[in-house]
Amino acid sequence: MSGLFNPTVAWITVRATLSRKRALLFALPAAILILFTVALKASRAPMRPWPSHVLGTFGFSVLLPLTALIIGTSVLGAEIDDGSIVHLLATPVRRSSVVVTKFLVATGLTMLFAAVPELIAALIAGGGTAPPTAPAGTTGSPGTFAGPVAISGSKLAIGLFVGALACCVIYNAVFLMLSVATTRAIAVGLLYVLVWEVLLANFVSGVRLLSVSHYGLGIANGFASDSALQAGLTVLTSVIMGAIVTAAALALAVNLLSSFTLKGEPA
Amino acid sequence: MTIELRNVSRWYGNVVAVNDITMSIGPGVTGLLGPNGAGKSTIMHMIAGFLPPSRGELTITGPGGTGEAAPSWRNPAVYRRVGLVPERDSVYAFLTGEQFVTATARLHELPDPAAAAARAIATLDMADAADRKIATYSKGMRQRIKVAAALVHDPEILLLDEPFNGMDPRQRLHMMELLDKLGSEGRTIVFSSHILEEVERLSGTIQVVVAGRLAASGDFRAIRRLMTSRPHVFTVRSSDDRLLGGILIGRPAVRAVELTRNGLQVRTSDYGAFCRDIAVLARDHSIRLREVLPADESLESVFAYLVAS
Repeated sequence: MSGLFNPTVAWITVRATLSRKRALLFALPAAILILFTVALKASRAPMRPWPSHVLGTFGFSVLLPLTALIIGTSVLGAEIDDGSIVHLLATPVRRSSVVVTKFLVATGLTMLFAAVPELIAALIAGGGTAPPTAPAGTTGSPGTFAGPVAISGSKLAIGLFVGALACCVIYNAVFLMLSVATTRAIAVGLLYVLVWEVLLANFVSGVRLLSVSHYGLGIANGFASDSALQAGLTVLTSVIMGAIVTAAALALAVNLLSSFTLKGEPA
Repeated sequence: MTIELRNVSRWYGNVVAVNDITMSIGPGVTGLLGPNGAGKSTIMHMIAGFLPPSRGELTITGPGGTGEAAPSWRNPAVYRRVGLVPERDSVYAFLTGEQFVTATARLHELPDPAAAAARAIATLDMADAADRKIATYSKGMRQRIKVAAALVHDPEILLLDEPFNGMDPRQRLHMMELLDKLGSEGRTIVFSSHILEEVERLSGTIQVVVAGRLAASGDFRAIRRLMTSRPHVFTVRSSDDRLLGGILIGRPAVRAVELTRNGLQVRTSDYGAFCRDIAVLARDHSIRLREVLPADESLESVFAYLVAS
């Protein structure tokens, strides 16, 4: 993938993404998560399972997808919207290089604005609750584990961080592809996050196989086995499905960008 | 390098934007002329590889120095030899002019991007503003920095979509001289415009597009002569239309006079002579002119005349 990375495209993308007013939105979900965590920490007993619920459900189903949505659709979609992408595409740079570079920039920024805050919030929150017996299976449902025991705060934090990193990768591939596929990427992406990731994936177990947040939770659960994370997939399934979704989304984005058209005025 | 269009059509659903156009564009300056909505931008986008023809074949001969005809659609390699100045006024406004042109040079993988950028910026007379952010540029300056970026890799083909938009007269003159110079160096320069006068200073050929079809093609001066000698129609209202009509029909520049309920419809082959004559004649015969209105001076009527010719 390093051969596909174009430093000039990356430099333009970082400058473009951070110079837009939309960049102010990047930090908003992260700030809410950290403030929420601090407030709960100050008001709740440390042995209650709220850190896993808040950081798992809110962090992976809301914070991460929303931040990735804003950044992932910005890196390419904003240039397509305002037409400046033509200056990039009217050069011999391979379309795959454009897509991969922008994907890597978006992923890096999302990690900075979502995964790192998730880690900070997890460290602030402290420990979670772990099942005494088996870890969550592919068909496991939330709340089936009895007799929770405390797990260390740092273990949960690292687990959540690794899961969040995985989510950043997969979400950005999906949202970048969406920004090439449609001019309404934000609206479509928001609908996807709210309906699919927040609603269906958390209440319909079969949907989890196609849920990015559950890939992240599955990976997080592999590091810090915690029943309250409500992971519905094993680590292996999460990794394989995440890799397939990422590769498919990027391949589709390259193909769509290769067919990028400028519309002329009809006679 | 040569651009070849063979029976190229492009449609959007039921709307035909370009209809069965065949043309060959070689080295030199070629103007793509036509009224708004004629299909010029569609043709430019197809040549630039940003739109596939719905039917027909569009190729650029010699991309990569191979000498073989290659399509521009889905073929980024052509941009090693092609520079594009899009019509839309969208550039990376957060960059300085110098950063923008240097970044373009880097994207073209030029051996010395900074030197290539400095050369292109100097060519467009933008050195003084190169360290300012593009966001602070006027429309004409943005246009010039776009041209500098398109020229940075020294392309053999330069495509410019409405390049004179937003430029003041001095900038236009400079741009026209530049295009002329680039064309005389053996490059293939194609620009689109809907303003006929813009191309007067540019030598070379023009392709006139009307309603998606190629209406006229060839040497600009020949087509210009055809346009200037076309009959102009005036609507004239006066205190005595019948008397004025009788006087006007005797003038050599007047081809026909028709008396209508709304006044006179006068057809003349000499726009300037008629405008001078009518005022003198009316005064000499004590006729009061109430209205002298050119009836068909819209660009569309000029192009329609060319189509009919």
